[in-house]
Amino acid sequence: MTELRFRTFRDLPADHLLGTGTAMCAGCGGLEALHEIYDILGEKTVIINAAGCMTLLAVYPFTPFRGSWLYTAMASAPAGAQGVRDALDLLLASGRITAAEDLQTVVLTGDGAAYGMGLSATSGAIERGLDFLYVCYDNEGYGNTGQQSSGATPHGAGTATNKGPLGYPGYKKDLFAIWAAHRPAYVATVIGAEPLDLARKVERAMRLKGPKLILALAPCPTGWDFAPEETVQLGKLAVQCGVWPLKEYRDGTVVHTKVPKQRLPVEEYLKRQGRFSQLFVPERNETVLVEIQAKIDDYWCAVERHGQVEE
Amino acid sequence: MRVMLTGNGAAAWGARLAGVEYLPAFPITPQTEIIETIANWIDYGEFDCRVVMLDSEHSMITAAGAAATTGVRTFTATSSQGLLYGMEMLYTVAGWRAPFVLVNVSRGLASPITLEPDHNDILAARDCGFLQLHCATCQEVLDSILLAFRLTEDNRVRLPAIVNLDGFYLSFTREPVQLPSEQQVAGFLPPFDPQNQGFRAGAPFSQAVAVLGGSAYSYFRYQCHLAALNAEQAFSESAALFSEAFGRSYQAVESYRCDDAEVVFVMMGSFATKAKAAVDQLRAAGQAVGLVRPLLLRPFPVKAFGRALAGKRGVAVIDQNLSPGYGGILHAELAANLYGHSGSKPVLVSFIGGLGGRDISSEEFFEMAKITRQAVADGSAPPPRLLYTGDELREMKKWQAIALQQSGRGDQT
Ligand SMILES: Cc1ncc(C[n+]2csc(CCOP(=O)(O)OP(=O)(O)O)c2C)c(N)n1
Ligand code: SF4
Repeated sequence: MTELRFRTFRDLPADHLLGTGTAMCAGCGGLEALHEIYDILGEKTVIINAAGCMTLLAVYPFTPFRGSWLYTAMASAPAGAQGVRDALDLLLASGRITAAEDLQTVVLTGDGAAYGMGLSATSGAIERGLDFLYVCYDNEGYGNTGQQSSGATPHGAGTATNKGPLGYPGYKKDLFAIWAAHRPAYVATVIGAEPLDLARKVERAMRLKGPKLILALAPCPTGWDFAPEETVQLGKLAVQCGVWPLKEYRDGTVVHTKVPKQRLPVEEYLKRQGRFSQLFVPERNETVLVEIQAKIDDYWCAVERHGQVEE
Repeated sequence: MRVMLTGNGAAAWGARLAGVEYLPAFPITPQTEIIETIANWIDYGEFDCRVVMLDSEHSMITAAGAAATTGVRTFTATSSQGLLYGMEMLYTVAGWRAPFVLVNVSRGLASPITLEPDHNDILAARDCGFLQLHCATCQEVLDSILLAFRLTEDNRVRLPAIVNLDGFYLSFTREPVQLPSEQQVAGFLPPFDPQNQGFRAGAPFSQAVAVLGGSAYSYFRYQCHLAALNAEQAFSESAALFSEAFGRSYQAVESYRCDDAEVVFVMMGSFATKAKAAVDQLRAAGQAVGLVRPLLLRPFPVKAFGRALAGKRGVAVIDQNLSPGYGGILHAELAANLYGHSGSKPVLVSFIGGLGGRDISSEEFFEMAKITRQAVADGSAPPPRLLYTGDELREMKKWQAIALQQSGRGDQT
């Protein structure tokens, strides 16, 4: 791979492209990531959106985007990308548009669409080798409808549909692995709190043709119940506690791009969020806390065993 | 050139002659032959178009709308369960004002699951904003696709269109079809001009953004409605051009032997050809009966229906669909349309027939004519009739007895 543009923080774009004053909540980690991603993608993009919080970015007659936008439905944004990409290719091939008028097709959805309802459309787009970038902001629930549990909700988290003492009984689905199993061009996890790592990954994705996923953990003050000013700190903790491994799939292998040197106990991350409060009060739920920590430790043991770490 | 084609073959030829560039596809009986025919032409270098197999009709209609809105001439096809699976997107892409043509090959809806035709599938899409053309012959399938492309791309309209044909009765039935030449079609249907739609770098375009509040929402929905209404005028203009170009003339509402008719049948789709044959037989028996058949159902051709039914005393509406708890959908539309005007009105009699491909015999047409004349004499319409014969009922009872026995729940005594 040729030399990357983003080596230090100073290389990050100074100009910010996404307009402000949107309807997103204060401290929205998804919007934070989108700002950083859009700065790098630039305005030669058409964002194809599925139903979710971000649908309210473009509300008639305003849009924060400098490029184009197409809202589809909850399940079929990747199919919208297919139609747009194919049509642009046909227009290019017949000379009706020039290469300079071409756009990158970018799907933008939440986890509900990406892990669940849109999975069939996504899998189809990957199997056809569609040249597109899928950006998923993962707030670990159906945020727009009030944070009910989705396929991305972590074990033990309280949601609007899991208000009891045990929280969500299921386990977060591994979308990274689901994508990687399709052998796409590129898959990466990112987080807005690590902008340099994010920028490098978006840049890599942009250089590759084919299906690509940027999966951003999106700390969500509203759905996770923490103060909006703590979004960045919580994002950093997600990485330092090993909850959110930053990694890439490229050329058939998985590489971890930022391995926490000394992992903090997961409690540091959990106890700052109201959605996990039932694990601590009225009394500590030792069983679940130990289980969550053990799963994280197992994960990182396997990473070391397989040497999936960037040199 | 005159060739023998199935309805599906005619649909494929319609798309080919229209020069469609993009075909998102998904298989379903009895539609599949359309996409297979086109895909094979492409594979053997006879036709240049891009076929993409999507994961579902929901995705397929999304991709079709997205491609049309990006600026290429787009065609797709489905049927029945597929049309309903994509229902969310039918409404959505109509709101995008994406001009493309979708062929629906009508088939009854589950449950029970069946392969044979009726119109509940297409009528479920009645209110989505697509224009609707209902074909009665294979020739009409080909011609309607060309007409539909002109309508959908018309500046005053810019809405997607569905061309409907009945499964089996048209889809798999070979009829002689006049194939126009490419030059003839080029004179009728100019290349697609995307106008102000399309995603291009340097010309940002936001499509389908959210609205807040009922005012903006209502405005855009009204626009959709007004555009659909424009399609009635656009249809008659296009039909006139069509007749010049190809020598076949079409009307939004066809009247067959209606001039002196006291009683008329109203039917749509291929079963209307059965009604036509029955009209000839009734005429031979000395009865002044005619047939009125809408080719255009959306926009609802108010004026054309008004003209077709003016002066008629009895109208037998034969619905090949059933809205449980009401009855026939076309009957309801006609009744609404006749009401609220001054002058004498015909008595409307409602019949349900042809569900799941059930045949309608000429005896039944005679019976319906008789019931309708009686209603005219009485000055009032009987409740909707569900066509079913004694023989059918006896056969059904036999099957029921078998089913009960097999399940072990039958009366063992
Ligand atoms: C077919 C359909 N079902 C349900 C909804 C209601 N709905 C709108 S947004 C949303 C949640 C989407 O969740 P996610 O993809 O995680 O995005 P987020 O809301 O978290 O941004 C739901 C369920 C819908 N728009 N469409
Ligand atoms: S609910 Fe969460 S993801 Fe949605 S806008 Fe608010 S903070 Fe962002």
